Amino acid sequence: MSTKQYKTLGEDVWKNRVEKINAELFTLTYGSIVAQLVKDYEDYQEVNKQLEKMGYNIGVRLIEDFLARASLGRCADFRETAEVISKIGFKIFLNITPSVTNWTSNNQEFSLVFDENPLAEFVELPEDNSANEDLWYSNILCGVLRGSLEMVQMQVEANFISDVLRGDDQTEMRVKLIRTIEEEIPTGED
Amino acid sequence: MIFSLYIINKAGGLIYQKNFSEGLKKLTANEYLVLAGTFHSVHAITSKISPVRNVTSSGLEVLEADTFKLYCYQTLTGTKFLIIADSNHPNIDLVLRRTYDVYSDFVMKNPFYTPEMPIRSELFDMNLAKLIKQVGG
Repeated sequence: MSTKQYKTLGEDVWKNRVEKINAELFTLTYGSIVAQLVKDYEDYQEVNKQLEKMGYNIGVRLIEDFLARASLGRCADFRETAEVISKIGFKIFLNITPSVTNWTSNNQEFSLVFDENPLAEFVELPEDNSANEDLWYSNILCGVLRGSLEMVQMQVEANFISDVLRGDDQTEMRVKLIRTIEEEIPTGED
Repeated sequence: MIFSLYIINKAGGLIYQKNFSEGLKKLTANEYLVLAGTFHSVHAITSKISPVRNVTSSGLEVLEADTFKLYCYQTLTGTKFLIIADSNHPNIDLVLRRTYDVYSDFVMKNPFYTPEMPIRSELFDMNLAKLIKQVGG
């Protein structure tokens, strides 16, 4: 499938096959989750970890919804996976299409650059502590990617490397394929 | 006429079984488990013994007999959906896909459901019954 076909499929599913909710409610809900975690753990590294864990739990369930709605077959390679994630996955669930950039030469790693982030719509990180250096506000997304890709037999590591909330130029997530989990591939799909 | 639905997790364990028609012989819970496990193994074997060379076979998809047809849909996550219907029921593929939709909604989105475990969800039962009735079970 070409990039254009992915875009069209993503648009089509977003328009016709998904229920939508109020954006403010979503932003407020996520914000209160992060705020509560910060209050509970008081350590930003721990908050990042918890957000990633929550995201993982979401991802393992979300993948079934994604597969049911998008009716796609298995991706031929990791490059195709990246395209599907950005043009269809993020489109269906957040109505954004981050761009796929910075591939390594062995095609095992890429970056997702977000030009908009509905999770962080009205957010400003507190100045008086180390939030600016330690907290990855949207870290739940890394967990979602890790969880959902694990269910389709890809072990990946995902982490943010820059975030506009921290004063960086852009919000960028790095996704790295560790390995394809061969032993769990459903029979008949090698 | 749809006779029954089986859902098998990626390890081959039966996580859901339901009969939708009256005339079927009642099996014990253990027999259903054995049936599911056997199917899982047979499915794995069939994908390896395809006589067509150089093409990866997808494993058993339809099993046709005189009195029934068995359809299997395997998702990319390894979960298998089996539907046993009578021989002339049209569009079982569509039914399987819609069953997958119902599964992804009422099973996976329940935060208290542990993936790969037996499904005990009233909402899932209800919506599944609605779907089967709709497609002429």
